[in-house]
Amino acid sequence: MPEFLDDRQAKLNSFRKNVLKKETTSVPHNIPEGIFVQCEGCQTVIYQPKLDELNGVCPNCGYHAKISASKRLALVLDSNSFTEIDSDMTSVNPLSMPDYEKKLETAKTSTLMNEAFISGIGKIEGVKTAIGVLDSAFMMGSMGSVVGEKVTRLIETATKKNLPLIIFSASGGARMQEGILSLMQMVKTSAALAIYHEKKGFFISVLTNPTTGGVAASFASLGDINIAEKSSLIGFAGPRVIKQTIKQDLPEGFQTDDFQLKHGQVDFIIERKMLKSTLAKLLKWHRKDVISK
Amino acid sequence: MMDIQNSAWEIVRLARHPKRPTSKTVIKELFPDFIELHGDRLYGDDPSIIGGISSFLGQPITIIAQEKGTTTEDKIYRNFGMAHPEGYRKALRLMKQAEKYNRPIFCIIDTPGAYPGIGAEERGQAGAIALNLREMSRITVPIIAVVLSEGGSGGALGIGVGDSVAMFENSIYSILSPEGFASILYKDSSKAAEAASLMKLTAADLYQLEIIDAIFMEEGGLHISYQSGFNHLKSFLTQELNRLSQIPQEKLLEKRYLKYRKLGQYHIN
Repeated sequence: MPEFLDDRQAKLNSFRKNVLKKETTSVPHNIPEGIFVQCEGCQTVIYQPKLDELNGVCPNCGYHAKISASKRLALVLDSNSFTEIDSDMTSVNPLSMPDYEKKLETAKTSTLMNEAFISGIGKIEGVKTAIGVLDSAFMMGSMGSVVGEKVTRLIETATKKNLPLIIFSASGGARMQEGILSLMQMVKTSAALAIYHEKKGFFISVLTNPTTGGVAASFASLGDINIAEKSSLIGFAGPRVIKQTIKQDLPEGFQTDDFQLKHGQVDFIIERKMLKSTLAKLLKWHRKDVISK
Repeated sequence: MMDIQNSAWEIVRLARHPKRPTSKTVIKELFPDFIELHGDRLYGDDPSIIGGISSFLGQPITIIAQEKGTTTEDKIYRNFGMAHPEGYRKALRLMKQAEKYNRPIFCIIDTPGAYPGIGAEERGQAGAIALNLREMSRITVPIIAVVLSEGGSGGALGIGVGDSVAMFENSIYSILSPEGFASILYKDSSKAAEAASLMKLTAADLYQLEIIDAIFMEEGGLHISYQSGFNHLKSFLTQELNRLSQIPQEKLLEKRYLKYRKLGQYHIN
């Protein structure tokens, strides 16, 4: 019997060694930028145009890669139905933080956006909706004065025009460079939602990868329906901070979309391919002419 | 520049001075007939946030206070003032109770931040804070908040939305700790003093940014003597309760909305 166990152990070890070897050799080297990308979920190398065609969903493991705000809008809105609002609002440097202007310029150049949040009015299967999207490629989708103001204005527009509201979050939290002013955007946006809520507005919050910090702890958690997109990290504190604080390793699957579902923090998890049709269904069930009957 | 830098860091150190009184002392001095009310009715009782009712100048008032603890044992028991979701939910329960019985609310902020831990995440720390922000913006009774020592980020804000917000002279209110800020900005947490001067976290900074309404002078620091600082707090509370109680409910909520609505700076091209 002991010999048998030793034998199994040796086989297991050699298997591990081989698997490990295989993994290390499969890491790509010197691939021209922008042509191939590596899936964050399974490390498979994917041809970028192919991934774009699949809306960022890995054909191998189904991992949902981050997508830009404009792609997100194109994915859920009826074509040519979007009218952007507040597109010309840009950040200033209220606390004179070193390098902030430079960081903003870099973000603007690389994303071709004025700020991390795009908002406006569009239609989803014909239902007119106030819609906003955070883009994590713009300074981690962080919320400073501009993001806070644009989110608030979008909510106020939805309140005034009696429209349903959908916000896609993707954010590392409040924007550090605007310090306490960023923090106060949490109150501003939540207070606007309070009034929208009193007027019986219908707010769907879609939490995408990643939604943490001051955005998670304000408007993103306040949906009448909170939806987590597949492959998302969602939480209050970032995993690194928690690990440092508690000085132990974090459990497997901590702060994933599954974790949030299991702990009752989101209503359901959505796959990208089901996104538009699901939103449309929910919007139709909450139309003012339906609920007032 | 050097002076400013020293003073911001000096204030951070005073705010964290081991002899600085905590919320318990404020309650003992200003609200001697305080009755503590425990629990969120959902999960547990969070000792990081003390809640209850007292009388103040003959009128009932609800008190919500973050407590860091005093002795080592007490600090551990209080989790150094870092609340879990159940703390924020207890606070909200007691604020709704105050609204029901039409008594004002007084919040004492003193926390390094909401607790970043596994249990806190499992029980929805982000959602608990978010809900407090939304609900506090519409509670129909006056809310007065004061930062006693440390106002750490969302954790402070979770009990910090009010009609009137004040800070003690040597307290700080910030988006994250100067150490955290330095480790992000300079990749070096030991540059916290430098970071503190950039962050605009002192009472004077926040007054200038129109985030707070008053500063209580400490005359040497609360760690030496708190009597005079507490007297300032007492007269402010008296004056503000009187002023806010005369504002009609609808107007009160409108003013509270606008107080936060105007915060933020941006450019329109």
